Amino acid sequence: MTDTCEETLGVGLLCEGQHDPGTPPAGLRRAPSGVDGLTTEHLIINMGPQHPSTHGVLRMLIEVDGEEIVAAEVSVGYLHRGIEKLAEHRRYDAIGTLMDRGDYVSGMMGEHAFAMAAEKLMEVEVPRKAHWLRSLASELNRLASHLVWYGTFGLDTGGMGQFLYAMRDREALLDILEALSGQRMMFNYIRPGGVVADLPLGLEEKIRTFLSTFDMYLEEHDQLLGGNEIFQSRVKGIGVIDRGIAQCFGLTGANLRAAGVDFDVRKARPYAAYQELDFEVPLGTKGDAWDRYMVRMEEMRQSARMIAQLIDGMPEGPHTAKVPRVIRPNAGEVYASVESSRGETGIHLVSDGTEHPYRMHYRGPSLYAAQALEEILPGHLIADVVMIIGSTDIMLGELDR
Amino acid sequence: MAIEKLTGENSMIFIRSEQLFDFARRNSLWYIAFGIACCAIEGLMSASGPRFDFDRMGVFFRNSPRQADVMIVAGTVNKKMAETVKRLYDQMPEPKWVVAMGACANTGGPFREYPNVVLGVDKIIPVDVYIPGCPPRPESVQYAFIELQKKIAKRTEERLAARNK
Ligand code: SF4
Repeated sequence: MTDTCEETLGVGLLCEGQHDPGTPPAGLRRAPSGVDGLTTEHLIINMGPQHPSTHGVLRMLIEVDGEEIVAAEVSVGYLHRGIEKLAEHRRYDAIGTLMDRGDYVSGMMGEHAFAMAAEKLMEVEVPRKAHWLRSLASELNRLASHLVWYGTFGLDTGGMGQFLYAMRDREALLDILEALSGQRMMFNYIRPGGVVADLPLGLEEKIRTFLSTFDMYLEEHDQLLGGNEIFQSRVKGIGVIDRGIAQCFGLTGANLRAAGVDFDVRKARPYAAYQELDFEVPLGTKGDAWDRYMVRMEEMRQSARMIAQLIDGMPEGPHTAKVPRVIRPNAGEVYASVESSRGETGIHLVSDGTEHPYRMHYRGPSLYAAQALEEILPGHLIADVVMIIGSTDIMLGELDR
Repeated sequence: MAIEKLTGENSMIFIRSEQLFDFARRNSLWYIAFGIACCAIEGLMSASGPRFDFDRMGVFFRNSPRQADVMIVAGTVNKKMAETVKRLYDQMPEPKWVVAMGACANTGGPFREYPNVVLGVDKIIPVDVYIPGCPPRPESVQYAFIELQKKIAKRTEERLAARNK
């Protein structure tokens, strides 16, 4: 793996001249075409942490030669708030609240990963209905999360209309999730042992009503943005993350699948109800921003399909296993992961048998995508930067933790 | 009826210029698009979405601090971020207001025990309206803006009253 990585990435990711005192600084090498005897200087542009298109508080230092990017550096930590450390001081039943606030647009998946890890340690059997409710909640949340991405990705390219339509559908989804869990964003619904509450009365109807129009709306969304020629010409062919780069940087989720690698935690290590569901994993070919767009749009269609199956086949039974009020799992070390909206979200949990974890590591997919940005940005124009960041769908809460 | 009378050919309105300016200010509170964490999704994105539609209150986002009147601090401010928040606030032209949205901006919220987190944004910049909640619903943000409008109106009255005494 290391060899291939070095081959793919080459040496000297940033300015080549930097390491070699013999050559002139990178900024003084290239004159504009048609001009002789003129040297140009590189400019370093600061982007963020306040920038409407960094999707949070990402900060980047971009070194440009005219309009072209020669190097990019990602600076993180503007939202570091110690989720991993705080988890060591919370009880197992209270950590779900922290996980919600990690990847805050798809909180259900974070909770799910933690609950799975805790259950592995506790060795409890989760009832079948809980599995199905978890999958239902996750897929609804995936739709809501992808809609946020869709809306803001369009904003990055300069469109406004699609954002309003995406928000319209997202509000309908949030209503459903609110009826299910009691909150619009910070659900704390999936807890060790099961879920907090059963499907409330009448929610099934509500979800069916939502699904009856959603497919049509989704086509509308796709036409609105993907059918737009300006959008196509802006995203096609930029930000290519090929197979090699994707695997070297450890990307997961749509960013990896757009490169044609068939890896989805829901298929590779089935959990919850995914084994019993019929769905496909969309794949891209080239790995450019357009492929990532297509993969995510198709994922939304598949999620809608899954929600219909989950509603139809919802089993009977208890929605949670019997869990003691104060959870004291066995000592040990486990890793559990789920496919969140952005990729593999994993929790590595070390327990010493007390009511707090000894150590918790939160593996979020965004950090890896942000690292890959440094590799893929050079060579693009300044105007492409926001599109490439938007297409990787990074979430700063989970990146900085 | 009233509006026709007001806009008739020979009508005139007398108003103190201060009152006029403050009237304009409180009905076009442009906020800076600066989302820090989870609260930004509710307070800035859902808020400008079609259901809550802040535009009808004259509340709209600007991308540059130099064009903004209000800063919604939506999220956890940590020590690395504090400097930027302060700098953005300093870049905003007077008069300016700050809305601290959510438990984090008020007190540090769920991350209060972590040493890296600033215990409330009022430690670094003055705050006019606090919104409790984690995250507050977009309705509460709307309410906060109504409160802010009241506050601005009151400020004018107080100033005028003090002068007329
Ligand atoms: S108050 Fe809650 S929702 Fe808002 S930023 Fe803090 S943790 Fe996130």
